[in-house]
Amino acid sequence: MPSAADPSRLDRFTVPDASGHFGRYGGVYVPETLMTALEEIARVYEEAKKDPAFQNELRRHLKEFAGRPTELYFAERLTKHIGGAKIYFKREDLLHTGAHKINNALGQALLAKRMGKPRVIAETGAGQHGVATAAVCAKFGLQCVVYMGAVDMERQALNVFRMRLMGAEVRGVEAGQRTLKEAINEAMRDWVTNVRNTHYILGSALGAHPYPMMVRDFHRVIGQETKEQILAKEGRLPDELVACVGGGSNAIGFFFDFLEDTQVRLTGVEAGGRGIRRGDHAARFEGGKLGVLQGAKTYILQNEDGQIELTHSVSAGLDYAAIGPEHAFYRDRNRIQFAYACDDEVLDVFQLVSRTEGIIPALESTHALVHAIKRAAEMRPDQILIVNVSGRGDKDVQQVQKMLEK
Amino acid sequence: MDRIQEAFSRAHSENRACFVAYVCAGDPDFETSVSVCRALAESGVDVLELGVPFSDPLADGLTNQLAAQRALESGMTAARVFELVRRIRQFSQVPIVFYTYYNLVFANGVEAYVKQAKEAGVDGMLTLDLPPEEAGDVAAACGKHGVKTVFIVAPTTPDSRLPKIAGQATGFIYYVSREGVTGVRDQVAGNIPEAMARIKKATTLPVVVGFGISTRAHVAQVAAQADGVVVGSALVNCIRENLADRSRIPAAIAAKCGELVAGTRR
Repeated sequence: MPSAADPSRLDRFTVPDASGHFGRYGGVYVPETLMTALEEIARVYEEAKKDPAFQNELRRHLKEFAGRPTELYFAERLTKHIGGAKIYFKREDLLHTGAHKINNALGQALLAKRMGKPRVIAETGAGQHGVATAAVCAKFGLQCVVYMGAVDMERQALNVFRMRLMGAEVRGVEAGQRTLKEAINEAMRDWVTNVRNTHYILGSALGAHPYPMMVRDFHRVIGQETKEQILAKEGRLPDELVACVGGGSNAIGFFFDFLEDTQVRLTGVEAGGRGIRRGDHAARFEGGKLGVLQGAKTYILQNEDGQIELTHSVSAGLDYAAIGPEHAFYRDRNRIQFAYACDDEVLDVFQLVSRTEGIIPALESTHALVHAIKRAAEMRPDQILIVNVSGRGDKDVQQVQKMLEK
Repeated sequence: MDRIQEAFSRAHSENRACFVAYVCAGDPDFETSVSVCRALAESGVDVLELGVPFSDPLADGLTNQLAAQRALESGMTAARVFELVRRIRQFSQVPIVFYTYYNLVFANGVEAYVKQAKEAGVDGMLTLDLPPEEAGDVAAACGKHGVKTVFIVAPTTPDSRLPKIAGQATGFIYYVSREGVTGVRDQVAGNIPEAMARIKKATTLPVVVGFGISTRAHVAQVAAQADGVVVGSALVNCIRENLADRSRIPAAIAAKCGELVAGTRR
């Protein structure tokens, strides 16, 4: 329920508060065993944030290993095809390992080293965060275990092999619906057990404090670059930014440096799956309600009793029952708008963008493109819309091929 | 004196540790679960820790995850869990502590949930993913409705956190004897006496020890060191092993429970 708060008075640096709350969202809802580890991460992260040596090292790895900065690309043929606003792509798909996830994986791997933790665990849905974590662990010589739902292992088999090639152990999770949520549960169980020598590189803007804040900060570079690039190319700010939202890490990193530019509309796109019916989608703002899952208070798809609902999306990376708490906070304040895209629209736009631009976007990012195309068509040609193409679709081509053959 | 306090003083006066038994409500089905709770109450259990089945039990090992799954698949809902407590109250005054996850308490309002629990006959609540920092609403509702709170201390908990935890707990303190999830282990952790000494400096409440305790020898070892001993997965295994003939479950669990309870004498 949006409040009457004045968005022009947003101060993005007031959240989260010292206890990890974004207004009524966020917090630290974990078993006692993990409290000390979370406090340590928060403390070490705050030190690292202010340490120029840490920041310089991170910047260097982002450039040399990950390939930053990424381009801001004018999608000229797609823009002509739609006939509305100018559409730009922020090319996070060009990063090493294929998606924005590497920004956060690098940052947290450096933190693991700083804390002297030799072992790293991670969860992964689409496999992109798992691949990014496997890569940084190989690079820094850290032991790496990645938890992945058995269903996701099947639909993202290529990424499983990539992780293993880079020396990670991939553990399949057979519980529940065998996707991202169960992978996080299993990673948390591992962490509770091995907390003394293990750092958990959580891959989205989810979980207990300080994860949502820390993951956001490591992805802020996306929005910072975008702002500089659009000012250089167009001499003005864009009219709208669009990003897909699973947990919401690419979106919050993309949006963050525009939060106070209230003339820029910010839109997150959730997974509408087969349509907004119980169990058929993963659009938390369409039928979800306030609850607590895996560390944070936020919007969650759940039944009357608080049992977590099954979710569905064509894209493994958006197939999750909860949304990052900061998104819920800015939605209440009317600063981030939300929409959803359904599987069939995603399949169409996946092909359209491949054909018109020679760029195969990840199925996750394609959700943002579906909405961006609808919006651009309603906008004037002198207006500017930027889509965060958070990842590349190489991992998805086999799955899409199968679906198109049906 | 409330039922939880009474259970601890009675055990103390009989020179034994309190025996706390965990099973999941509705595992493997409602009627069998009623019989399981009756068998436990009649086998010398001092406190019954009733797991409220949750779809995402991230502090639990495989044994208890599967128990929760069986319970949910058999149709357990919040209303049925309260119904189970009312059924137990028809034949037993054993103190009942909910072992639960916060979303289940939060979903329809914390206070409404605690009130219903109290009315059904629940004595205490242990919310696994609710550290004292976030427990204000639950503590207030429990205070208002006379439900005791139970909080966890872990081996990783530093002394500096103990006053905060002790300050929120009104029933007892649950010391998790090792890092990890619930489940049977070969050996009891070796750190218990030191941990007891640390915790007792911060609280006058009873302290129970759980996680990984599964044999009479384990129970005897812990009984010498703590006010209470919690056994869960070893009892849940009695359910799992007899799923083919559910009528055998209550007797199997009573036999196991009797053996473990004998270990509580000091």
